[in-house]
Amino acid sequence: MKRFTLICLTVLTAVTTYTTAQKSPAKKATAAKAKPAAASSLANGKLVYTQNCLSCHQADGGGVSNMNPPLIKTTYVLGDKIRLAKIVLNGFSEKVEIEGDIYSNIMPSLNYLSNQQIADVLTYVRSNFGNKASAVTVAEVAKARTGK
Amino acid sequence: MKSKAVFSSIVPMLAVAGMLWYGSGIKSTSAVTADADNAGLKLPAGFGALRAAENTGKARHISITPAGDIYVKLARPKEGKGVLFLHDTNGDGKMDETQGFGNYGGTGMYIKDGYLYASSNSEVFRYKLNDKQQVIDPNAPEKIVTGLIEKNQHETKSLVLDNAGNIYVNVGAYSNSCQEKDRTPGSMGQKGCPILDSAGGIWQFKADKLNQTYGDGVRYATGLRNVVGLDWNQQNNQLFVMQHGRDQLHDLFPAMYTTQQSAIYPAECMYALKKGDNAGWPYIYYDQDQKKKILAPEYGGDSKKEGMPEAITPAVAFPGHMAPNGLLFYTGSQFPEKYKNGAFIAFHGSWNRAPEPQAGFFVVFQPFKDGKPFGQYEVFADGFTGSPEKTASGRADHKPCGLAQGPDGSLYVSDDVKGTIYRIVYNKK
Repeated sequence: MKRFTLICLTVLTAVTTYTTAQKSPAKKATAAKAKPAAASSLANGKLVYTQNCLSCHQADGGGVSNMNPPLIKTTYVLGDKIRLAKIVLNGFSEKVEIEGDIYSNIMPSLNYLSNQQIADVLTYVRSNFGNKASAVTVAEVAKARTGK
Repeated sequence: MKSKAVFSSIVPMLAVAGMLWYGSGIKSTSAVTADADNAGLKLPAGFGALRAAENTGKARHISITPAGDIYVKLARPKEGKGVLFLHDTNGDGKMDETQGFGNYGGTGMYIKDGYLYASSNSEVFRYKLNDKQQVIDPNAPEKIVTGLIEKNQHETKSLVLDNAGNIYVNVGAYSNSCQEKDRTPGSMGQKGCPILDSAGGIWQFKADKLNQTYGDGVRYATGLRNVVGLDWNQQNNQLFVMQHGRDQLHDLFPAMYTTQQSAIYPAECMYALKKGDNAGWPYIYYDQDQKKKILAPEYGGDSKKEGMPEAITPAVAFPGHMAPNGLLFYTGSQFPEKYKNGAFIAFHGSWNRAPEPQAGFFVVFQPFKDGKPFGQYEVFADGFTGSPEKTASGRADHKPCGLAQGPDGSLYVSDDVKGTIYRIVYNKK
């Protein structure tokens, strides 16, 4: 199993953040810096997930082999929040390789969701399924929506 | 004197040859021993199973030679090899020699009249076999078909041959239901679905002509969203296919379908095809409880309105989303009489039933009589996932994919999660 050092999320660029260890001191520092998500945001995020994401990405966030990518500790989920929000807004239709497996199904654009809903669902995803990453804000989603 | 010497040296040679021949004869009977746990499978009384091979890779369709060797098509090449040749050196049923060739992933694998046919996700190749039914030159296949559409979904190209020199290749639709915006809630269907020009059907090509593409072939049947399991029924001399029905009725049209309805509809259909048939995708789907062809919501349907009366009716309709990836008409005589000429179907298992529990992940038997489905299907081999919880979550240890019949009438099942090749045998008392 490959091991990667966790890099502070604030300086994270396109570098992978596949985390395996809970005990890394760097990780604790990151967790401390991450803004804790509000409970209401998480509850709303779960609702948005159930209604819009679950049938493809599954209840455990593990996706479907060869088709729908997992949301568990992947660069896409833990990395650049703007990029992540853009995937939700614009959809995703490229074949993507994650941990040696290829996922090829089409993800539709979910731009009918509000910035608040997208912020909530991404915050939920980034703090569930074994993920421990910072919350996504409405401002960040707004930036992703207005950017090209 | 001279001839006598020659003769005396020939006798022991003949004896050895005879022993070898006799030995190989033993190998091709079903005198193999089932694994103590029947390879983890639950089977009807009298049947047993062994793991003929393990960890082969993402094993899709398989074909068994008359000598009992196994050819396996891998979805993705393993160490650069996309086709595996498995050989059993000591006759215990455990394949202990592996060779590989073909640097492409794919699904199709079929042996017919001295050739091994294999497909990538856009092409079909064939390899000439020698008198031992082994590929002569793994590095020089003939390219039979090229340029088939390969997009993000339903890209695998299953294949089968008839007895008249034709090969049938599935070209799956690169869409769920031909919506203007694929898999987008509320998006309506494209008029005169343009996908059907080059996908969403079965194409027929000549088995021995090189470099054919769409213009050289015939669109044999259309309106089939995606077919993975297919077989040539020797009794009827007819092509049978298993369609993967459309996904996400609830996600896309939540006002018309509950999550429970979306989990079981539409049916996964078996079709008996004739040239020119249209199975109706994307305009209609088959509802196995109403027993009707229902107009798709993308084309004005409301879960009850019927549509497209000219579309063919399925031969058998199974519950939704179980993903039939293998179809095999059993022609052997090892199994009891009721299995003869009936259909085995490998259901890969669902994902699109969520949030309802997933289903499938088993091999079903559909009895046939006089070339037609006769009576209810039954689950034949179950237990691939490892536990009921793993079935419900879809996190299966193994998923059945391809089916093949051995020369002794054993049934082989491939698994494209861990690459186990199962061999199911009948233990006569």
